[in-house]
Amino acid sequence: MTDANAQAPRTSLFAPDARTARRNNSEARFRLFGLISVTIGLAALVMLLSSVLFNGTSSFRQTMLELPVTLDAKVLDKKGNRNPDDLAKVTTIGYGRLISDALDKAITDNGIVVDGLTSKDVKDMISKEAPAQIRGRVLANPDLIGQTVSFQVLANGRIDGYMKGRVTLETAERDSNVSVNQLHLADALHEKGLLDMPFNWLFITAPDASELRPEAAGLGVAILGSAYMMIIVLVLSLPIGVAASIYLEEFAPQNRITDLIEVNISNLAAVPSIVFGILGLAVFINFVGLPQSAPIVGALVLTLMTLPTIIIATRAALKAVPPSIREAALGVGASKMQSIFHHVLPLAMPGILTGAIIGLAQALGETAPLLLIGMVAFVRDYPGAPPEGFFDPAAALPVQVYNWTQRADPAFVERASGAIIVLLIFLVIMNFVAILLRRRFERRW
Amino acid sequence: MKTAMLTSAIAIAALSATAASARDQVQISGSSTVLPYATIVAEAFGENFDFPTPVVEGGGSGAGRKKLCEGVGETTIDIANSSSRIKQSDIDNCAANGVDAIMEVRIGYDGIVFASEIDGAEFAFTPSDWYNAIAAKVVKDGAVVENANKTWADVNAALPAQDILTFIPGTKHGTREVFDVKVIEAGCEASGAKAAFEADGLDADKECLALRTDGVSVDIDGDYTETLSRLSANKNAIGVFGLSFYENNTDKLRVATMSGVLPSTETIASGDYPVSRPLYFYVKNAHLGVIPGLREYVNFFVSDDMAGPDGPLAAYGLVSDPELAATQAMVEAETPMGPLK
Repeated sequence: MTDANAQAPRTSLFAPDARTARRNNSEARFRLFGLISVTIGLAALVMLLSSVLFNGTSSFRQTMLELPVTLDAKVLDKKGNRNPDDLAKVTTIGYGRLISDALDKAITDNGIVVDGLTSKDVKDMISKEAPAQIRGRVLANPDLIGQTVSFQVLANGRIDGYMKGRVTLETAERDSNVSVNQLHLADALHEKGLLDMPFNWLFITAPDASELRPEAAGLGVAILGSAYMMIIVLVLSLPIGVAASIYLEEFAPQNRITDLIEVNISNLAAVPSIVFGILGLAVFINFVGLPQSAPIVGALVLTLMTLPTIIIATRAALKAVPPSIREAALGVGASKMQSIFHHVLPLAMPGILTGAIIGLAQALGETAPLLLIGMVAFVRDYPGAPPEGFFDPAAALPVQVYNWTQRADPAFVERASGAIIVLLIFLVIMNFVAILLRRRFERRW
Repeated sequence: MKTAMLTSAIAIAALSATAASARDQVQISGSSTVLPYATIVAEAFGENFDFPTPVVEGGGSGAGRKKLCEGVGETTIDIANSSSRIKQSDIDNCAANGVDAIMEVRIGYDGIVFASEIDGAEFAFTPSDWYNAIAAKVVKDGAVVENANKTWADVNAALPAQDILTFIPGTKHGTREVFDVKVIEAGCEASGAKAAFEADGLDADKECLALRTDGVSVDIDGDYTETLSRLSANKNAIGVFGLSFYENNTDKLRVATMSGVLPSTETIASGDYPVSRPLYFYVKNAHLGVIPGLREYVNFFVSDDMAGPDGPLAAYGLVSDPELAATQAMVEAETPMGPLK
């Protein structure tokens, strides 16, 4: 007690003593640490998002040339009978010449003069995808032959880069794939309104493209592949997961085996996803003999990955339903099954759905297991309609990002970031739906 | 709940039923160096033929050959791309799994270039410069010593006095094999290190390939885009790239000469540029005529329109094979490859 006497006597309630000050200080420090942590987290998020948006937003616009192309019947239909088989014999090389002629004509018609421009320079302004675009249009509608039709065709990736500021006159001098003259020509065409940057629908709908035509690469196959996988994952994992959790939560006897299963489900949720990929390769492809690169295999692997998440979420949701509900149902004569399906399950539904959607969102962004089952492939054909389409080769969104970051042409950097934006949009939508469901159907007791 | 159960049951049933359905597209796997060329051909093939576009996957030469040799049938791939020649072990593995006839198709040549940041100094290398810069043991004043060279000027007074830092392909890459043979081994011999190792009674082949482990030579296990980003972060470094990658990024990279020759499709085709290698793909003959489009794809790949000196592959950086006509005839006749020489 001598210590207490040594302390200065408390004079005011407003001036805290040393111990209180220490405690207050430690709280202030803790708050500061918390604030710093949040700031670091936010800064990381902002950095990530801004770099993705900075690199990627330009991929949603694409440089296009507006050209009146004369579809010369002498070139496209030598026999003059409009027979689809004969028309298909004209390759993209034949169409390529038509387009470069059209561009030549447009340049002279508009009185554009650029010094030192070779005919190869002019030809290389156009994407190598353009002949295929026009060939597809003509084969679909042979009546176009003989007419002069205005087409919107893709411009070369370097020209696109120039319009977006990725390529400059200085870099063009050192770049063997584009000449300064071509950039001057692009400026002149832009001035005359022949070269424009509309919204890039092709980025969403077109399939992947080779390194010679980065401007044509799109996410169509990847989006379809991801959608197919999500459908199968949902159809398989939701019923299995919910049935398993209902049994474990409501019916299973409390014994060693049940405990063991429960522990293993929790462990399964922590298994690295690549392990599921190895399993998928060994079981689904090598043993069952399912095709490579197919959404069905990807979906089965992702289902295995999602199941533990759904089971854990569902069990938590079932546990949160108060026992009084079950007892009341049993009390008025319902069977156990009826009490669960008529009363407990509907009340647990928001939690279950939230868990399922978060599990799906996780599966949508998963890359590692898909690398092992051949979904990194270059796939240009759209998979067919389900259910056969589930067995056709397809890509997946996160894998497409991985794929594009490895390509040599700098234009793919922009496209990879664009693909990340698309993937993020899907993830945000899914999480938003999860929040909405919870808000709407949640009941409190 | 009942309907959900039913749908899942149907899905599982459908799964087992359709698994046996025929594959109608060509499947290709293998080297990531050959991958861009294969995608270019696949794209043009899908555009101009009535067959579906082949599915092309990367993963590495060795992995591709292993997959090719897994057996015959629809669940196995048809073609393995490879940036190095098939090995006897692969052929044995193939034979053990019933893959007897394989066709070896050489599509052309690829050069390996040494490049620095565009604003960096000019370099003119020889293989011995590289050996003396990054090998673990070098010959100094007639004696074998641990490599202590710090700058390129220490290696060769004609080079800039810039710290040695190199990004070379990791050991899983086919490119590394070529780098080892054409640069490090050649340099080992030219610099006199090999003779010195032999004189000291060391295992010369092994000692020649041992590289420094003090951080001056960094193995890149990713692809060239990783090397490029590492170069942008370390302006003093020298990276190893494929010719086609360099040609797509000439605005960012400054290429060095090797033994006085500037790499280009011309100097590689003429054989003047020393660091080049043939690129191959291997076709499973048993699948020809079974998988629709496979025969046509292989013929289309080696046609003059594609692999010729004016074709799109050459435009991307492939050095076209002067003996392409022989390859075309071989593909036409579907001649399987003989034993390795």
